[in-house]
Formats: sequence, structure tokens, C-alpha cells
Amino acid sequence: MERSRREFLKIAGASAAIGLGARPVIEAVAAATGHQAAPEAQVAHHPEALKATRWGMVVDTRKIESAEQIEKMVEACHQEHNVPMLEEERHRIKWIWETHFHNAFPSQSTDRVSEHLEHILLPVMCNHCENPPCVRACPTKATFKRESDGIVMMDFHRCIGCRFCMAACPYGSRSFNFRDPQPFIKEVNLKYPRRMKGVVEKCNFCEERLALGQMPACVEASKGAIVFGDLTDPDSEVRHVLRENFTIRRKQNLGTEPCVYYIV
Amino acid sequence: MNDKGKIVTGLVIFAAVVTFPFWYNLGKAAPPPEVVLTEKAKAAGECVLPKEEIRAEHMQLLDVWRDTQVRDGQTVYINAKGKAYTMSLSNTCLDCHSNYKDFCDRCHVYASVDPYCFDCHIDNPKEGE
Ligand code: HEC
Ligand code: HEC
Ligand code: HEC
Repeated sequence: MERSRREFLKIAGASAAIGLGARPVIEAVAAATGHQAAPEAQVAHHPEALKATRWGMVVDTRKIESAEQIEKMVEACHQEHNVPMLEEERHRIKWIWETHFHNAFPSQSTDRVSEHLEHILLPVMCNHCENPPCVRACPTKATFKRESDGIVMMDFHRCIGCRFCMAACPYGSRSFNFRDPQPFIKEVNLKYPRRMKGVVEKCNFCEERLALGQMPACVEASKGAIVFGDLTDPDSEVRHVLRENFTIRRKQNLGTEPCVYYIV
Repeated sequence: MNDKGKIVTGLVIFAAVVTFPFWYNLGKAAPPPEVVLTEKAKAAGECVLPKEEIRAEHMQLLDVWRDTQVRDGQTVYINAKGKAYTMSLSNTCLDCHSNYKDFCDRCHVYASVDPYCFDCHIDNPKEGE
């Protein structure tokens, strides 16, 4: 069959016109037969949710007088999040724990630190870094930096237990569930799910409490030794404290930009 | 050589064996499970979504809940009717449907699905087993 170029172009043009014209017709038919989108469900924040652009924390070690005081914070946190208490050190799960100055700040410590620094105890936890190495290491995006408030989050549902994040974290802030944690949880908090064998876990800045308008558990238990707030808000309490005091951050030279500051 | 008889017999036996499961189960389809509503659910009268939707799509709904809650920090779900629910598996779904075994599991056993959610989510219904 011979067909001139002109004829071919006519047919092509007509087909295109029909194609373009068909859409509104199909939509009209669909609407007439009740196929329009149903009224949409919506999601929202809790009306009292605390919001910030970058959550941060200042730990005032001058206000920490005893190891018991830190233990209270640890207990509050671990109770809130159903963190198990395992006997063996190498199996232990820690969201927040106490340590000495030379462990927390190896590069700021010297061979002859002041008596004060030698004796103080500091609570340490995930630093919720501005530039978190764990997030880069995670192959499943189970660990991610939440854009809205800067919290370095764990989505336990996605964790495959590869432990790259643990290798990447310079602060040892992450623990792995080598054993089923459930028999080791003393009192279960029904409001927060547990974890299972084979997932990594860490401090979440009490994201679930902030979402309901409550301050983090350790902050509440610290009796004023920890100040928590928005680092981007110049009028926030953390910014006041940071302006008025000399503070240090853990392993600052690594460039992770921690959001947890210490007054020592 | 003529093996026609043998071949046909073989084929008939083969067909019978292969289709055996179908014959065996003929007319014995397991009845769909009856789910039990708790008093609390009965009092509420309706689920988060209309019955047909929740029945077919509760896994998608839970997936949305989980992502929005964990990844966006939003905790409230407002359904198409404008009713608000806290997005929580243990504290919302299993608050009304606190009889996991006679509700969720009845269907799941029937459909042979085994959600692993309760390895972590409290109210662990498998605990008593
Ligand atoms: C490894 C443990 C684990 C497993 C398995 C798990 N979850 Fe979770 N889930 C959690 C934790 C922990 C949270 C809370 C995270 C947060 O808010 O920081 C959570 C939160 C949620 C939430 C929102 C808050 C709440 O309290 O319910 C939903 C919804 C949810 N998960 C659904 C599911 C579903 C559905 C499954 C099964 C398909 C599942 N989860 C399996 C640990 C788990
Ligand atoms: C306010 C109480 C309430 C809450 C909360 C609730 N349900 Fe329901 N659910 C009901 C009631 C009542 C029915 C029966 C609805 C009917 O018969 O029309 C039902 C029905 C269902 C059904 C269908 C059962 C059937 O007969 O086929 C499923 C599946 C279901 N719910 C799952 C869920 C899940 C998953 C959640 C959490 C996302 C949830 N429900 C939250 C009250 C509730
Ligand atoms: C009407 C029967 C029915 C009831 C009642 C029901 N489910 Fe399901 N559910 C199913 C079926 C069928 C599937 C599998 C669907 C599929 O694989 O596509 C399923 C799948 C799921 C999944 C996804 C599992 C996976 O591994 O992907 C979750 C989570 C779930 N159901 C939770 C619940 C909870 C919680 C309840 C009780 C509040 C409940 N279901 C009640 C029928 C039911």
C-alpha cells in the first residue's frame, strides 16, 4: 500500500487530537459512575506537640552532685522506653548512661586533669548530630535525620540489624539486641513498644513524648541539670544557657556537630 | 510394538494424582471465620474506616500510621468522617479489639498471615500461648 507523506501526517494529527480529547470524556464518565476521590482522611500533630527546628540539649555538670542523680535519669529513660536490663556488660542496652570526663572527652582530657574533672560524672547519650555518620551508613534508611526537628531517628520497623550504624557512630551511642530483650524488662510501659532480637536501638530525644507535649524523660528527672530546647531559636532557654556559659561538645574535631553541649 | 494401553493408563493415573487435592477438598471449603467484637468495640459502633474498607485495607492503614507517626511525628489520624484517632497499634486498634485471639487472629489463621508486629508491640497477645 502506498501512502503519501501528507496522508500519513493527517492520520497522525487526527489520532493525537482524539487522544487528547478523550481524557475529559473519560473523567466525566468516571465521575458520573461515582469514581471520584472519596473525602480524604487527614493526619495531624497532637495539639500540644512541642516543635522545634533543631532540638538540642545542654548538660550542666555543675548541677550533678552524685552518681545517683544520673542513675535517676537513666532509670526514667529506660523505664519510659522499655529498655531491658541485661546482666552481661556486652549484651547491655544503653540509651543514656554515665561516664567519666576522660571517656566522654578523650581529646579534651590530658594526663593530669583537674581534680574536679577527674571526679565528675557525665550523662552521655546519642548526640543527634547535625551531620550524623550513622545515617550515612544505614543501608535501609532505618536511621534518618528528621528534617522537621533534627532528631536522628530510628525506624525500628526498617532495621535489619546490620550494625553499620554502630560502627559509624563515634560515641558508642547505639546498642544491639543480641538477645530477646523481653524477659529482661522489669516493668513494662504499655505506651511504648519494645524491640526484638536483631535490631539496633538508641536514644530518640524522647520524640514520642515531644509529640505529646512532654519534655524528655531524662530532662524531667535531671532536676534542672539538663536544659532542652530549640537551638535555632535565639530566645530559647538552651540558647540563653549557651550564651552565658563556656560549653564543649564530644569529639568536636570529627565534624559531626553534636547537638548535646556540656558545661564542665 | 504398541504401548498405547500402558501410556493411556499411565496418563489417567497421572491426571488423577495431580488433581487429587482438588477432588479431596471438593465441597469442603473452610467457612470464613466469625470475628468477635468486644463490648468496647460494640459500644463504639464503628471502626476507623467503614467495615468493608478496614477489612480489606487495614494493613495499608497500619503502614500509613506507622510511617506518619515514626517518620513525621504526627500522632492524630482524622478519618473521612472527621473523627480523630491516636495512631497507635497497641493503644488504639487493640484498645477496641482487645481480644486479639478471637478477632485479629481468627482471620489471620484462616488467611495464613502471621504479622510479626507483636514481637515488639505490647499487649503481646501471643504471650499467653
Ligand atoms: C522491632 C520492633 C517492632 C516491630 C517488629 C514492629 N514495631 Fe511498630 N513500633 C516499634 C517501636 C519501637 C515504635 C515506636 C517508635 C517511636 O515512636 O519512636 C513503633 C511504632 C509503631 C506505630 C506508631 C505508634 C504506636 O504506638 O503504635 C505503628 C502504627 C506501628 N509501629 C505499627 C507496626 C506494625 C503494623 C507492625 C507489624 C507489621 C510493627 N509496627 C512491627 C517497634 C516495632
Ligand atoms: C473505636 C473502636 C475501634 C477502633 C479504635 C478500631 N476498631 Fe476495628 N472495628 C470496630 C468495630 C465496632 C467494628 C465492626 C464494624 C462493623 O461491623 O461495621 C470493627 C471492625 C474491624 C474489622 C473488620 C472485621 C470484620 O468483621 O470483618 C477489622 C479488620 C478491624 N476492625 C481492624 C481494626 C484495626 C486494624 C484498627 C486500628 C487501625 C481498628 N480496627 C481500630 C471498632 C474499632
Ligand atoms: C476480616 C479478617 C481480618 C481481621 C478481622 C483482621 N485481619 Fe489483619 N489481615 C487479614 C488478611 C486477609 C491479611 C493479609 C492480606 C495480604 O496479605 O494481602 C491481613 C494482614 C494484616 C497485616 C499485615 C501482615 C503482613 O505480614 O503483611 C497486619 C499488620 C494486620 N493484618 C493486622 C491486624 C490487626 C492488628 C487486626 C486486629 C485489630 C487484624 N489485622 C484483623 C485479615 C484480617
